[in-house]
Amino acid sequence: MKVVVTAQGTTLDSPVDPRFGRAATFLLVDTETLEAVAHENTAAGEPQGAGTQAARAVIMLGPQAVITGHVGPRAFAVFQAAGIPIFLAERGTVREAIAAFKAGQLALADHPNV
Amino acid sequence: MKIVIASGKGGTGKTTVATNLAFLLAREGLRVAYVDCDVEEPNGHLFLQPVIEREWPIEKPVPVVESQRCTQCGRCSKACRFGAIISLPQRTVVFPELCHACGGCQLACPAGAISEKGRRVGTVRAGYAGTIQFLGGELDIGQPMSPPVIRALKETPLEADLVFLDAPPGTSCPVVETLRGADMALLVTEPTPFGLYDLQLAIRLVRALSIPAAVIVNRVVKDGEPFLQWRQRLKQLPVPVWAEIPESRAIAEAYSSGTIIAQNVPEFARELQPVMHKLKASIDEGTCRHQW
Repeated sequence: MKVVVTAQGTTLDSPVDPRFGRAATFLLVDTETLEAVAHENTAAGEPQGAGTQAARAVIMLGPQAVITGHVGPRAFAVFQAAGIPIFLAERGTVREAIAAFKAGQLALADHPNV
Repeated sequence: MKIVIASGKGGTGKTTVATNLAFLLAREGLRVAYVDCDVEEPNGHLFLQPVIEREWPIEKPVPVVESQRCTQCGRCSKACRFGAIISLPQRTVVFPELCHACGGCQLACPAGAISEKGRRVGTVRAGYAGTIQFLGGELDIGQPMSPPVIRALKETPLEADLVFLDAPPGTSCPVVETLRGADMALLVTEPTPFGLYDLQLAIRLVRALSIPAAVIVNRVVKDGEPFLQWRQRLKQLPVPVWAEIPESRAIAEAYSSGTIIAQNVPEFARELQPVMHKLKASIDEGTCRHQW
């Protein structure tokens, strides 16, 4: 399946970016093949509304789940509206986060945590 | 003539200057209005104690999406800089608290699916304090954006020769909204490094808006090297100084009991005389003398 991981860089070995709305990169990863495509978060510099715009950009990438550290109330609402679950990973690399996700070790976010 | 009382720094005496100028000029027979645009923490009514005659709610227009018509094309989301309308593959979500009520999404929608609905954001009160026309706005608790309330205040018709608009502190959107269309700005500052720094920011703002400005320095202790040095730095700024109000126990006591200081402390009224003369001269000329 395809998931989006918020990352500080553009590869699988980049650290996870713990912030959602102002994350540097959205990495669209195929959890089976580990094929990864980096998308710059163009909403990161917005003075307001970074969270909702970033959430929309991520949803348009078509993932089945999102992995990030902290998600604000409005971005959370957007993901809820789109029916996309958010899993929490604050540390480590994208590769490690994907491994933990596949092993069922990441907690599902049931409320905003910013 | 519309005069905005502004400052960069908070607590320098904007409301004190605005309410007292309004009082003194009304006492001379001018038709004066006082408009409290500091809608997040309005205080002018505490000094003027107006009798409120009318009160009405202020709404800001926010988008409503008709899902039957929406094609999920996403143009509304692209048009909105504030992320307030989010078009998703199955539905479109609106965040009214992020909306700046610009109407851009409605213009961008090719399907005609967006209409507007009023959302209450605050209150405006109108009345009289003696002969002074009083207008005051108050933002509802939890509302993040004050410009719609300030705009409503400014759109309320007044019959006055002189309108004093008491601005919020700072240099951001609410202050810009208050300043827009003003004939001049009186910038109130205090003789501290913070007062001077924030005054410079306020000067940059009024220059950007091409609004003439003059400075009133409040709480001045004239003797002493620190003030003289401060005044030297003030003189390098491109604005005239219209008054220096001294630090005084009598003024502080009148202020802290919430009264109109000029009514009780003649010294204070005297310090504002030059400002009143210049304002009256500006009315007679129908313009402001100091231009950028």
